[in-house]
Amino acid sequence: MEITELMIRYGELSTKGKNKKIFIKKLNKNVTKKLKKYDQVKVSYNRDRMHVKLHGENAEPIISELNDIFGIQSFSPIVRVEKSVEEAEKAVIELIRKNYTPGMSFKINTRRSDHSFEYDTNDINRMLGTAVEDAMADIHVQMKNPTVTVRVEVRNRGIFISVDTIQGQGGLPVGSSGKGMLMLSGGIDSPVAGYLSMKRGMEIEAVHFHSPPYTSPQALKKAKDLTAKLSRFAGEIIFIEVPFTEIQEQIKKEVPDEYSMTITRRMMMRLTDEIRRKRNGLAIVNGESLGQVASQTLESMLAINAVTSTPVLRPLISTDKNDIIDIAKQIDTYELAVQPFEDCCTIFAPTRPKTKPKLQKVEDFEKAIDVNGLMDRALEGMKIEKIGIETDENKEREKNFADLL
Amino acid sequence: MIYFDNSATTKIDPSVLATYRSVSEQYYGNPSSLHQLGEQSRQLLTQSRKQIAELLDVSKEEIYFTSGGTEGDNLAIKGTAIEKMDYGRHIITSSTEHPAVIQSMEQLEALGWDVTYLSVDEKGQISLEELEQSLRKDTVLVSLMAVNNETGSLQPLKEVGELLELYPSVHFHVDAVQAIGKIDLDLNESRIDIAVFSGHKFHAPKGTGFIYVKSGRKLAPLLSGGGQETGLRNGTENVPGNVALAKSLRLLMENKEETAQKLLDMRKSLLAYFADLDRVTVFSPEESAPHIVCFGIKNIKGEVVVHALEKHGIYISTTSACSSRKKDNIHSIREMGYSLKEAESAVRISWSQINTLQEVDAFKSAVDTVYSQLKSIE
Repeated sequence: MEITELMIRYGELSTKGKNKKIFIKKLNKNVTKKLKKYDQVKVSYNRDRMHVKLHGENAEPIISELNDIFGIQSFSPIVRVEKSVEEAEKAVIELIRKNYTPGMSFKINTRRSDHSFEYDTNDINRMLGTAVEDAMADIHVQMKNPTVTVRVEVRNRGIFISVDTIQGQGGLPVGSSGKGMLMLSGGIDSPVAGYLSMKRGMEIEAVHFHSPPYTSPQALKKAKDLTAKLSRFAGEIIFIEVPFTEIQEQIKKEVPDEYSMTITRRMMMRLTDEIRRKRNGLAIVNGESLGQVASQTLESMLAINAVTSTPVLRPLISTDKNDIIDIAKQIDTYELAVQPFEDCCTIFAPTRPKTKPKLQKVEDFEKAIDVNGLMDRALEGMKIEKIGIETDENKEREKNFADLL
Repeated sequence: MIYFDNSATTKIDPSVLATYRSVSEQYYGNPSSLHQLGEQSRQLLTQSRKQIAELLDVSKEEIYFTSGGTEGDNLAIKGTAIEKMDYGRHIITSSTEHPAVIQSMEQLEALGWDVTYLSVDEKGQISLEELEQSLRKDTVLVSLMAVNNETGSLQPLKEVGELLELYPSVHFHVDAVQAIGKIDLDLNESRIDIAVFSGHKFHAPKGTGFIYVKSGRKLAPLLSGGGQETGLRNGTENVPGNVALAKSLRLLMENKEETAQKLLDMRKSLLAYFADLDRVTVFSPEESAPHIVCFGIKNIKGEVVVHALEKHGIYISTTSACSSRKKDNIHSIREMGYSLKEAESAVRISWSQINTLQEVDAFKSAVDTVYSQLKSIE
């Protein structure tokens, strides 16, 4: 028994009407890109299904790759056996055993494209059904709502059988919903916000503010490593490092302490928006959750958001911290995110920031700093790189470690 | 020179030593330091922990580095006793445990804990009935060794685990120092809560080891300090030692099947040889660890045999090295029902995968000589 193919169902995609074609193409591109490293694998698709033919590649790692791709509702491993009823019986029994639950019911659903085969679909249904019932007590055939449906297809090249359905991530293929800029600090929340945006088909580019020497090289590396973690859902993610030292120093010098946080955030928002405009993005995404910290009250959001009319998306706005942590653990960003490095949000944090800043006052205080000049210089020093799952630095580190271990 | 005292300690593997050296030279930062050098050490330490966890099929949060078996046993026993002292102060162990266990128990007894020492049969095994009768409402810990260090006897861990399923609040601690890589030990599926390992028993550096603590089980730390090892074992981490330990464990586990066969072949050869010598008693039970045989020549003190073989360049022990300079060096054999005189004749040979069948043959001919030589003084 050998898994020869993984059959992918689109799910929500199927309801997208005219756009469907574009979505499927995008998904095909994402799947193909992700499976590129498996030489023998061939991906093909039609309106209803996508087929990943393994041609001898091991199914297990490929299944786990497919688990990371958005736009896949579910997929089924398909097993091929020789064209004989005995072989089919053996395979079906083994597959049912793997999916066994006490008191379960099942149904065999046969299709036959090879009409020269000695039995017709009814014969095959009956023979395989009887074989399973004989092999296992406490299991019965049921035509309506069975626990498990076994799909059997008799083709020229053999009999193809599938039982398991593996739930995919759901969502929409990354890139099918346009591009947004993710404000990535290095905390727990922003990677989760990025993940959720990608899940709805958004392509994201990560924008990170870096204030050496107040923030460390490790903090920058942590942000890149978090991006690398997210890239498993997208292939590669653009990482944009924006120098922020001068801005923070000037704000610290010129702006009253309790308003410095608000104005710092406004500068970040302006810069992100400008980068978005230059790079043809359509939205800004951040990890804000209502009431979590001083900058995440509605009053603060109003004062900060006032610098732009671009949609600022906050996927976590009504999510509790514990639920955010659960997702972070699930996407493997939590452990990285809790490493204790100062980031640019904490290092200049005033002792008592305004939780209810007044927009008018904010605008008045902001006059003390050279907004345009500061922005120009920051944008000039911007560094852009592509980050995949394996950054060069990490690859080298892992190689060094592997040599030692 | 033939080294047949691998249960006392092993020779460090050259590639493991090379790792120890490279890590000492390149990753000397303190894993708690914030700078790049510290960060690299921290990552390397995490990677080592992960490797050990994967090799044992457990999660890396369940592995804590220690300095070796003695520390591990002390931590498991006293850590449980302190953590659970408000719930009960009764502990069950066997009468043939390693001194690290027995002495910890005696220390606790002096402080008011109640300890039950289970007797063992001629195979060195405890009785499940006796264990079941000994379990009480205030029992907090059952502590047993997987493989006896003197005789290679095996405890029925699986059956004990099944019995303890009915006592979910009792910690089940297993001293696995002599067992790792020698017998199958399934931590993931079994009821074992705490298992103790020591690096120098499998060709890692001295002063290295780790303890497995099943997630959800709590121990009080014995060494308080800077929060290392999630606060369970404080003190600056031994990064080179721990990396070398992880490597050594990988080498051990990767070659497990090959090693098992090799160890068994040597054991078979030795047992067949001893069977023909009518003045030799083999104390190791038939079913025991594949790398230890404990035997004695009738009426000859073990010490004499050790020194006689040493003249031939062969290094063995009078049972356990940890206690062999003291009088009570033969407690496991005595507990198995042998007379003092018989027990005093005991010596232990213990081999490893780096020994060969040729060495076993050389050992045999040396014993032949010693055997006939000692006949005259009998």
